[in-house]
Amino acid sequence: QADDLIPSHLGKKTMSDALSDDGSDVHQDETQEEVMTPAELIGKLEEAWLNEKFSPELLENKSEVVECAMEQLSHMEENLQRVKKGDMKASVHRMEIDRIRFVLSSYLRARLQKIEKFFPHVLEREKSRGEGDPSLLSPEEFAFAKEYYANTETYLKAIALKRMPPNLQAVDMLKAVPEPCLDSFVFLRVKERQENIMVEPESDDQREYVVDLEEGSQHLMRYRAVAPLVSSGAVQLI
Amino acid sequence: MLAPVDLKFGPTRLPERHFFLARDHNTLRFFPRNRSESPAAGPVPGLFDFPCALFVFHGTGMFCEKAIELIRELHRMSDGQLPAFNEDGLRQVLQEMEALYDQNQSDVNEAKAEGRSDLIASIKLRHCCLLRNQRCVTAYLYDRLLRIRALRWEYGSVLPANVRFHMCAEEVQWFSQYKKSLASFMRSLGGGEGLDITQDMKPPKSLYIEVRCLKDHGEFEIDDGTVILLKKNSQHFLPRWKCEQLIRQGVLEHVMS
Repeated sequence: QADDLIPSHLGKKTMSDALSDDGSDVHQDETQEEVMTPAELIGKLEEAWLNEKFSPELLENKSEVVECAMEQLSHMEENLQRVKKGDMKASVHRMEIDRIRFVLSSYLRARLQKIEKFFPHVLEREKSRGEGDPSLLSPEEFAFAKEYYANTETYLKAIALKRMPPNLQAVDMLKAVPEPCLDSFVFLRVKERQENIMVEPESDDQREYVVDLEEGSQHLMRYRAVAPLVSSGAVQLI
Repeated sequence: MLAPVDLKFGPTRLPERHFFLARDHNTLRFFPRNRSESPAAGPVPGLFDFPCALFVFHGTGMFCEKAIELIRELHRMSDGQLPAFNEDGLRQVLQEMEALYDQNQSDVNEAKAEGRSDLIASIKLRHCCLLRNQRCVTAYLYDRLLRIRALRWEYGSVLPANVRFHMCAEEVQWFSQYKKSLASFMRSLGGGEGLDITQDMKPPKSLYIEVRCLKDHGEFEIDDGTVILLKKNSQHFLPRWKCEQLIRQGVLEHVMS
């Protein structure tokens, strides 16, 4: 239970608290006010992690969860320093910290790998999203993606492209780098009941049909059919 | 798991499959079997679906042969190892591209000036070969970058000398830039606090692990105050989190029973 490890003065944590210095009530209209216990925070982190691991495409960034989790970790580390040496509790707490840090690192790694693998598409998606749409990349990830693109382009030009005939000195990265395969199959568990989800036919003699997804049920489906449900949180990839 | 070599890298069109070779004045030229056929505009093929039906006599062999050789070199090392940079191979492909381009330039001029529409077929073929070469070269270079990228995650930011030896100067530069970007990304995580995500690669399974000391490292204090003497070949049962750093550095070795 993560609750045990959290310093008592923290108690229930709000997202906005994590982002402000003194923990006082921040302007509610500016940030998403969400009251979460530490256990809920870790739960959200694990959900984001599993979704990111099993989804073929890069999902929306959850930087608030990342920031809160990192703050949580440093509080726990601080607490651990104060525990009496040789106390049994210390090693269990240490394990918990390592576990959370592993999930967090794994989540960030999964995202980075997808950013690198699909870099022109990721940048294109970010560039063309609407004003009010949530961003795909965190500011740090965006900077990283741009640097990766520039680095790779510079390299290809320097080593080969500039030595090619004039009409062949450019490579269209969007065409050259493969896109994520949204038709890959994913396992999912339904969190909120969904009705009338369209399923595309697998063979020519089938026709498209609709299914209802019952809460708690588990399915194996093409990612494309459930993509919006993953981002809304209605289903969890497993 | 590294990306396989069959990257869909570079736009390409299927060339006309039905050429026949005939002598025209004193040179070999390519004629389409059916002159009214327009080039097949098929879907972008995977690198190895290409029906290498370029049975073309060019004196010394097929076009794009060297380019395919580069790809095969990487395909042979499917475990992600980085072979030495094939400077020669790359140069040969670039030279072939230059030659094809120059021949096309002169044919295009001749076709325009003298209305030689029979040259169009060979111009098209050379253009396909140029695109093919570009695609193979970029796939070769890009796949090597993916292997080099993986090295950062496996070995850390300082590469072993034998690996560096296989990289060309531009690849070393790319690597150096990549690790800078990665470092600055990791530093900026959590509002500037930073997190080294190249650590914690495996889920923590046990609290304590058995380790053997590979070299003398002197005294080592663990959390409960005990001091351990890390002498070469000594074995200890230590907290895992304390050992990770030393295992990476090669001071300790995890003994799996």
